[in-house]
Amino acid sequence: MDIIYTIWLRNMKRYLRSKSRIIGSISMPLFFLLFLGFGLNSVVQIPGMGGDYIVFLIPGMIAMSVLFTSVFSGIQIIWDKQFGFLKETLVAPVSRLEIMLGQTAGGATTAFVQGVIILVISVFIGLNNQSITGFFIAFGFMALIGIAFTAFGIAIASRMEDMTGFQLIMNFVVFPIFGLSGALFPISSLPPLLIPITLIDPLTYGVEGIRYGLTGVSQINPLVCLAVLGGFTIAMTVIGAYLFRTIRS
Amino acid sequence: MTVAIHVDHLTRKFNELVAVNDISFEIEQGEIFGLLGPNGAGKTTTLAMLSTMLKPTSGSATVNGMDIEHNEDGVRKSIGIVFQDQSLDEELTAWENMDFHGRLYRIPGEVREQRIKELLDLVELEDRKNDIVKTFSGGMRRRLEIARGLLHHPAVLFLDEPTLGLDPQTRNHLWQYIATLNKEHGITIILTTHYMEEADRLCNRIAIIDHGKIIALDTPANLKDGIGGDVVTIKSSDPAAIVSALNEPWVSRIEQHNGQVTISLQNAELHVSSIVTLLNRKEIAIESISIHKPTLEDVFLSFTGKTIREEEASGKENMRLYQKMMRR
Repeated sequence: MDIIYTIWLRNMKRYLRSKSRIIGSISMPLFFLLFLGFGLNSVVQIPGMGGDYIVFLIPGMIAMSVLFTSVFSGIQIIWDKQFGFLKETLVAPVSRLEIMLGQTAGGATTAFVQGVIILVISVFIGLNNQSITGFFIAFGFMALIGIAFTAFGIAIASRMEDMTGFQLIMNFVVFPIFGLSGALFPISSLPPLLIPITLIDPLTYGVEGIRYGLTGVSQINPLVCLAVLGGFTIAMTVIGAYLFRTIRS
Repeated sequence: MTVAIHVDHLTRKFNELVAVNDISFEIEQGEIFGLLGPNGAGKTTTLAMLSTMLKPTSGSATVNGMDIEHNEDGVRKSIGIVFQDQSLDEELTAWENMDFHGRLYRIPGEVREQRIKELLDLVELEDRKNDIVKTFSGGMRRRLEIARGLLHHPAVLFLDEPTLGLDPQTRNHLWQYIATLNKEHGITIILTTHYMEEADRLCNRIAIIDHGKIIALDTPANLKDGIGGDVVTIKSSDPAAIVSALNEPWVSRIEQHNGQVTISLQNAELHVSSIVTLLNRKEIAIESISIHKPTLEDVFLSFTGKTIREEEASGKENMRLYQKMMRR
């Protein structure tokens, strides 16, 4: 546990010191929220959601913020590789599993905090949730998204030599995961052909879970969301740990 | 004397390339042992195997009595390592880098703080402990890495090219640190270098390594004595003629390379005039002539027939040398 804590602690220190990164990764979901939210609020009617598009969008933007931050945190291992710091960790008398879990805990915490910041901002721009339990349900799903996608980032980083593939991963993996997740529009409004694709996107269950917590309404049963996202999180952690075992400094 | 490191027929292959080829040696506790050789000779690969970062293809080794393959954690706990490339977290302070290391090696809190303070004092970074490493110079970073490598009180310290890329002054300073660590703290040190001077000044014993093989292993003094006296170097447009002209009994060894002739002989001062006379008589032009006590460079040259710099030359130059030889 102390090793996991040590690596987590390093991640926190670096996170708190990188002001530009904190602001940078808040800005995108925030712009989406403000421009899409306010811009489309009067035009778009979401059936069964009381008609407020911005309220519909908030859970999606929280999920987006957690998703991007966590993938990025996981992939950061490549930087450690390039700056040589990874060697220092790998040559210590600690297991690879501990290092990987520490990195996952660190990345997930960072992502979670980023999500909470968006959540707090949302309260000021129209989120109207009276239920404390609802917040905690949302927090739970945010944590699961954070853990799953940090582990996903670590898995990718374990197989990548440098940052050149990063853009590729962002454009062809992370953006589709985000776009298909029902963060921007209700799944039911898609053509029937596309619905199965959104249903294999693990983030869909995260967005729906957060949406259930914050608005009380969701298109997928929250327990199903919990089961699917929980299973995905466990699977990603196992795969990430397995691939990280073979990482070369 | 107790054995700190025992290496037995260690070999490492990367596909076709044999990076380390069947090397064996022993390092005693309290020694400073040097692996000297050109870049790509297999020094770093050897260190990587001894520090359990890389599995040997065949052969075995023990570090502080523990097998590098069967007791990885034991070996890792008992060694400190300073890598060739920097391995600090630049976003953290000096103190935080030390603290991270101390926690990874499970040093309890109070002891950890005490030792970090002592070691930062030792490497004269105490007053910069709360500064982010990004602001440190190359020499300061190296010193911090050495301090970090010592934090868990290792019995053996591995230094991979410790002064690479540092200015001469900093290099001198670091040499003093390394010598002090060894003398006053009794730490066994194994270092790799391609600087002859560094190996000569610091090491008790040196293994000269080339193309993955150890070609000589002894104290610097013995290695240099093995040359046979002094070294006379003559530069000339016709080195081959010099070699055939100086077929004298007092010449213990004569070699040509790169437009130069290197002669090993006893009491060079007495023979310089005869060399000049002999060459004048045969009308061989001398561009320059110099006498020096043998250096490790001469030792390397005598064992490999090449200077360490030539050995590091690019493949293109090797090809040119090869063609030159074929034309003769």
